[in-house]
Amino acid sequence: MNRSDRTLVGLGVALPVFLVAGWFLPNWLQSLLVLALGKGLVVVGLVLLMRTGLVSFGQGLYYCLGAYAAVSVGRIFKLPDSILMSDAIVMPLFGGLVAGVVALVLGFLLANYRAIFFAMLSLAFSMILYGLLVKMSVLGSSDGFNLAYKTVVGITVPAQAQLYTLYAVSVVMVFIVAFALHRYLRSHFGRLAEAVRDNELRVEYMGTSVRYVVHVNYVIAAVLAGLGGGLVGLSIGHVDPDLAYWTTSGEFVFVAVLGGTGNVAAPILASLVFEWIKSAAYQYAPYTWQMVLGICLLLVIMFLPAGLWSVFKRGAGRA
Amino acid sequence: MGTILSAKGLNKNFGAVMAAADINVDVEEHSIVGLIGGNGAGKTTFINMVTGYLKPASGTIHYAGRDITPLIPREITQLGICRSFQIPQLFGTLTVRENLLVALGIVVLEAKKFASAATLRTENVDAIADETLARFRLTEYRDKLAGYLPEGVRKLLDIAMAMVVKPQVLLLDEPTSGVSADEKFVLMDMVMDALRADRVTILFVEHDMEIVSRYTHRVLAFYEGRIIADGEPDAVLHDDEVIKYVIGNIHASATARGSSHAPA
Repeated sequence: MNRSDRTLVGLGVALPVFLVAGWFLPNWLQSLLVLALGKGLVVVGLVLLMRTGLVSFGQGLYYCLGAYAAVSVGRIFKLPDSILMSDAIVMPLFGGLVAGVVALVLGFLLANYRAIFFAMLSLAFSMILYGLLVKMSVLGSSDGFNLAYKTVVGITVPAQAQLYTLYAVSVVMVFIVAFALHRYLRSHFGRLAEAVRDNELRVEYMGTSVRYVVHVNYVIAAVLAGLGGGLVGLSIGHVDPDLAYWTTSGEFVFVAVLGGTGNVAAPILASLVFEWIKSAAYQYAPYTWQMVLGICLLLVIMFLPAGLWSVFKRGAGRA
Repeated sequence: MGTILSAKGLNKNFGAVMAAADINVDVEEHSIVGLIGGNGAGKTTFINMVTGYLKPASGTIHYAGRDITPLIPREITQLGICRSFQIPQLFGTLTVRENLLVALGIVVLEAKKFASAATLRTENVDAIADETLARFRLTEYRDKLAGYLPEGVRKLLDIAMAMVVKPQVLLLDEPTSGVSADEKFVLMDMVMDALRADRVTILFVEHDMEIVSRYTHRVLAFYEGRIIADGEPDAVLHDDEVIKYVIGNIHASATARGSSHAPA
């Protein structure tokens, strides 16, 4: 009980801090943070799957769908310019919705698989999307297309405030997700995720469906990935099929391992640290930045096997 | 007392091994039935068929007048038949209390399907978990991870989890295996006390004949997939065939394990 309250209090305190501090941050850092928060949402979903005992090497599928969805629908159906294609809240939410619907369908198949079979099948689906997008000239083939937002819930945002607005939207969305997921994981149904990971046979013999639990958590993870993809697309202002490429999905697994599964905030923290290390490594070691990342992960696995979050947990345990 | 569980003409084979050959059993409500037999005699296969894990090649199983042969384990659990396992099936990375909360949570979630869920509400799940811990003397292990418990405690938790569903019929697969000799009776007393209060019908697999004769009303002796004796414990345990094929086997294998004690 105490620990859960601490997380909620922590979230409550951190939200205004993030919102206020963000105002004073330089532009490059604001946009880096949006990127990290958006990808963090994808990893939050991935960690939920890991709690259920599944590792997906294909979250890029939903991440990419989320980034593409809103504008793609407009382009494919030749819709007039509308709120769907230029709103900082509607676009990511639509991305999450599309991802969720696709996951609902694919889930009927994927919920039957575990371990490496699940990982490889999810990877295969993301590569199918990659292949489709590369061939679709209406969506810019391998070049993708640019996108931008002008409004927030229909209200036009002046150009100089746009970056902060997107940052604020991302922060609020991430906090809502963190809060909701924290509650979810402590609900009767949320608790079944770990039960399924530990012992599927027992869950069935207790009288409920393992497949159903897996399917629901798979859809939730996809919605989060779609939402995150939508935010990242807006932050970069450009989408291309690489968002669905398997290395993108691999990066999410990397970040998930970096953070650990201890708390809903762990993947967000890991994502922030990851983007920071990546940009720093890119700047100071432009030819060997991947090696820097690799060494960092190696160090975390060797010295913090439960992820970065275990630093906090250990501190809290002593206090 | 009426018949609660009725198996008719059950057959099941694994390749050339007959795991069940024309099994016919009627179990009375509120009775306590012991299943005995050597390894591979078909006791666990019988439990697996009753709980829907294995489908019989032919034959039917009725529970409270309803044909449950085609149902899967979770549907059978929802109707009120639960089981514990020879090797405890727990959620190893969760604490003892969390294991019970998962079990109770499932009853709350599936309340519409569970025959026994009427009294269970989200508000009193925590209280029921604590009460169950106390009843099975697990309170001291409350916050220990289930994966790191001594075997006897794991057995108890496994049975406690099957109990929170408030089953009408409980099948215990070797509840005392892996439990030290002096703890066996303590464990069985505790389990039986808890179950008697709820008037649960119990079928349990057991190798220890002392336990069988002390706790059961009726014994089924299995040999090569058949039931070779069925009746009161005294009669079955002194049956010539049972002594030859079941009890003799157990003693022979006990001495073969290299025990220095003379066979009893």
